[in-house]
Amino acid sequence: MKKMIAKAGNAGPRIRSDCEITVELKPGTGIDIDLVSKVKSLYGKSIIDLAEEILGFYKIKGAKLSIIDSGALPFVISARLEAAIRKLVDTDLEFLPDLIGDNRYPTSADRFRFSRLYLPGNTPSMMLNAGLHSAHGIILDLEDSVAPDRKDEARILVRNALRQVGFMGAERMVRINQGELGIKDLQSVIPHNVNLVLIPKCESQDEVINVEREISSVMKRSETGNPVFLMPIIESALGLENSFSIAKASENVVAVAIGLEDFTADIGVSRTKEGNESLYARSRLVIAAKAAGVQPIDSVFSDVGDMEGLRRNVQNSKAMGFEGMGCIHPRQIPVINQGFAPDEAETEKSKKIVLAFEEAAKKGLGVVALGSKMIDPPVVIRAQKTIDLAIKLGILSKDWIEEESSGKE
Amino acid sequence: MKVKTVVNAAGRSVPLEINGNPVIPFKGIGKHRPGGVKFAPPVPTCADYPDDGNKVVGSLKEALQKCGFGNGMTISTHHHLREGDLISNLIFEIASEMGVKDLVWFPSASFPCNDPVIKYLDDGTVNRIEGSMNGPLGRYVSEGRMKGTAVLRSHGGRVQAIQDGEVKIDIAVLSAPSADSFGNAKGTGGDSACGVLGYAKADTLYASKVIVVTDNLVDLPCYPMEIEGNYVDYVVVVDKIGIPEKIVSGTTQITKSPDRLLIAELTASFLEKSGILKDGVRMQAGAGGTSLAIAVFVHEIMKQRGWKSTFGFGGSTKYMVKMLEEGQMGYILDAQAFDLDAVRSVETNPNHVPYSVFNAYNYHSKGNLTSMMDIMMLGATEVDLNFNGNVVTHSDGYLLHGIGGWQNCLHARNVILPIPLFRDRIPVIVDEVTTLCGPGELIDVIITERGIAINPLRKDLIKKLKGSGLPLKTIRELKDEAERICGKPEKAKFEDKIVAAVKWVDGTVLDVIRKIKT
Repeated sequence: MKKMIAKAGNAGPRIRSDCEITVELKPGTGIDIDLVSKVKSLYGKSIIDLAEEILGFYKIKGAKLSIIDSGALPFVISARLEAAIRKLVDTDLEFLPDLIGDNRYPTSADRFRFSRLYLPGNTPSMMLNAGLHSAHGIILDLEDSVAPDRKDEARILVRNALRQVGFMGAERMVRINQGELGIKDLQSVIPHNVNLVLIPKCESQDEVINVEREISSVMKRSETGNPVFLMPIIESALGLENSFSIAKASENVVAVAIGLEDFTADIGVSRTKEGNESLYARSRLVIAAKAAGVQPIDSVFSDVGDMEGLRRNVQNSKAMGFEGMGCIHPRQIPVINQGFAPDEAETEKSKKIVLAFEEAAKKGLGVVALGSKMIDPPVVIRAQKTIDLAIKLGILSKDWIEEESSGKE
Repeated sequence: MKVKTVVNAAGRSVPLEINGNPVIPFKGIGKHRPGGVKFAPPVPTCADYPDDGNKVVGSLKEALQKCGFGNGMTISTHHHLREGDLISNLIFEIASEMGVKDLVWFPSASFPCNDPVIKYLDDGTVNRIEGSMNGPLGRYVSEGRMKGTAVLRSHGGRVQAIQDGEVKIDIAVLSAPSADSFGNAKGTGGDSACGVLGYAKADTLYASKVIVVTDNLVDLPCYPMEIEGNYVDYVVVVDKIGIPEKIVSGTTQITKSPDRLLIAELTASFLEKSGILKDGVRMQAGAGGTSLAIAVFVHEIMKQRGWKSTFGFGGSTKYMVKMLEEGQMGYILDAQAFDLDAVRSVETNPNHVPYSVFNAYNYHSKGNLTSMMDIMMLGATEVDLNFNGNVVTHSDGYLLHGIGGWQNCLHARNVILPIPLFRDRIPVIVDEVTTLCGPGELIDVIITERGIAINPLRKDLIKKLKGSGLPLKTIRELKDEAERICGKPEKAKFEDKIVAAVKWVDGTVLDVIRKIKT
């Protein structure tokens, strides 16, 4: 028998900025909407108008709707209603809210990816202000943070969030599911200006190629045509063995990340704060990424209360060659951003080296010396990289050489 | 009956009479000059009191009866026991048993634990509440179910009303964590310690009759006495005046919300970059999660810079106590203690001084502490494009909070409102506040997670912060941003019936709250 009643979304005493919508198809009865909302007196009419518009869009003329609302924004309400309807009606029609102007930006392959904040894909309350915390990337996660029976509604919610929530310049990322589910994810989210797709539990270059093929076929529907970059996540021994070929699988791979929870489980050890058990894996991943010319990205630090531990972890990670780390709480972002940026001592030392090099070049000297110490060319290159980074991050003025010399006079 | 109203100086339509008494519409800030002499309670005679000083009677009922408890009386209480108060409800239970009618309850604030009073409002024991109301009591009033009209006053406004005789207290029932048989009492000691008893001071001095209720009778003298026994008629000893864990929180907690922490960080940064935070600063910090986080960030800055605040004015919490103990604050002047660390500190640290609202906030005082403060950080349910603030109603029109010391604190040099731009889809910045509680000319800065708006009247701050890197926006830009995200809300709908009046600090009527249209 045809399913006549379906539900989507969340309600309950601890739920905020979400709603639970139950749709019961009742052909020939007209539309009956029951709304329970703490913002009913302020937004009741607009919620009901929106619900009627969506029912009309799906050509539903007879239905009983029950909406339990805890202050959901319109893009959440429409995602929940669409999800409930699509459980009952066989349709590919999507009820799309506007793609706001602020959400149309592209990103570049070589931008910084120090911090990227994971947001559970079915929890709207965490999405609204995520852009405020200055993460380099924001990940709307459809994989591990979404329960298996909520994948369909999360996909619609994430799609609407990509169109409506301002992420304030953060790289707009989506972590898709593995396999077939991941292909469905791509079809739903790619047209809405996703800047980067995270491929979880990646074990072979074929997986990257499959994802990329699907993206190119969906790109025709993209509203912006901006490039979609890829970040495979290595979470198994096999993935690690293949990490170089994975990193080289496509031009669009800009970074490879390591996921240590799954990796340590895969090799049968427990994860510790010191991380000795994953030392080889992380080193190997850094080398593979560097060899392929992409950014190596470290795993998340899971103790959100331990900022000192995080700081040490970031220092260690940076020393190993990683160029970024995942975050599971906004408070981790400033620690990570600061940790991966060059510090004052590093910047000062690099300035001296670069100045000494320029001086030597001006004098036509083949050998660069700082005090009594000879400086090898790779040291100069590294110093120049640090300076470039400091300039890009706004730590150093791009006219620092002129300012330096005028300051001396 | 249709009430005659006029438009006051704030542009609000207010009545000329409330509960049968004439009232004065708001005239503007600092404009009202009352004349005459202060109100005085009846002259007592020591010959009428026991020579041995023992004023203990058998029960609260007996004490009330001896005070001549009867119809239409005004009964006052303080709120230092907060959500743990076991005495206020008992008064009305006794009244209901005795068949006493039409009482006016005049608390310094009410809490959700006082919701049982609704029963006595329903049965006619209580005519009205003149004091802050939140939760179900506020809802009850908004739905027009209270017989009399509620009168909302600030803590300072309450003292003003007592001193100029606008409110005549017949019986003050004052819970005390420690007291002796003569009636000397203090806020510390025993199982129900609340720290200080400052809100009871005006009641002690001006009520016709004063009853002290304690669960910790100590030997005379109960020292240091915040309430002096010379003003007390009867002492009642009960098993428990309050539920300790609901009187003070074991520990006040900093917010964990990343968005609120961002507001706190922005606020600390604003205070530092504007030069408002400086060596010798006089500051207040509240007890809400965001305020506590601000206190922590500010403490960090003071430590780094080697600065010391001359004094802090509380609402004290462990974070303020930490500043005192670590040397970044000279004194705490304390109107109420919020957590156990604060209670311990006021009991043991000579630089942690009880300081009642009587001296901090009162319009009939010869100067006030609040106008000497450099920094006041306050909340609001709504702020409008003219920087007017609302703290008593929500955008849906329901009365849900009291004024507390909010209006009084607006007189500080820099009034800063760290508030979220929206709460669960409800924008905090609106075209016009639902209820006016504080005129915008007294509110200097709004700090939200999405930007800072400085009142155009504060040209000095605007100039100083140009190029500071802080996210400065106009209040209209903030409002538009909130509406872009949340949608434009409909206005709350009201009937004509006035259910509550909002008094200004000088006793004039600033605004009214009308019955919700359902």
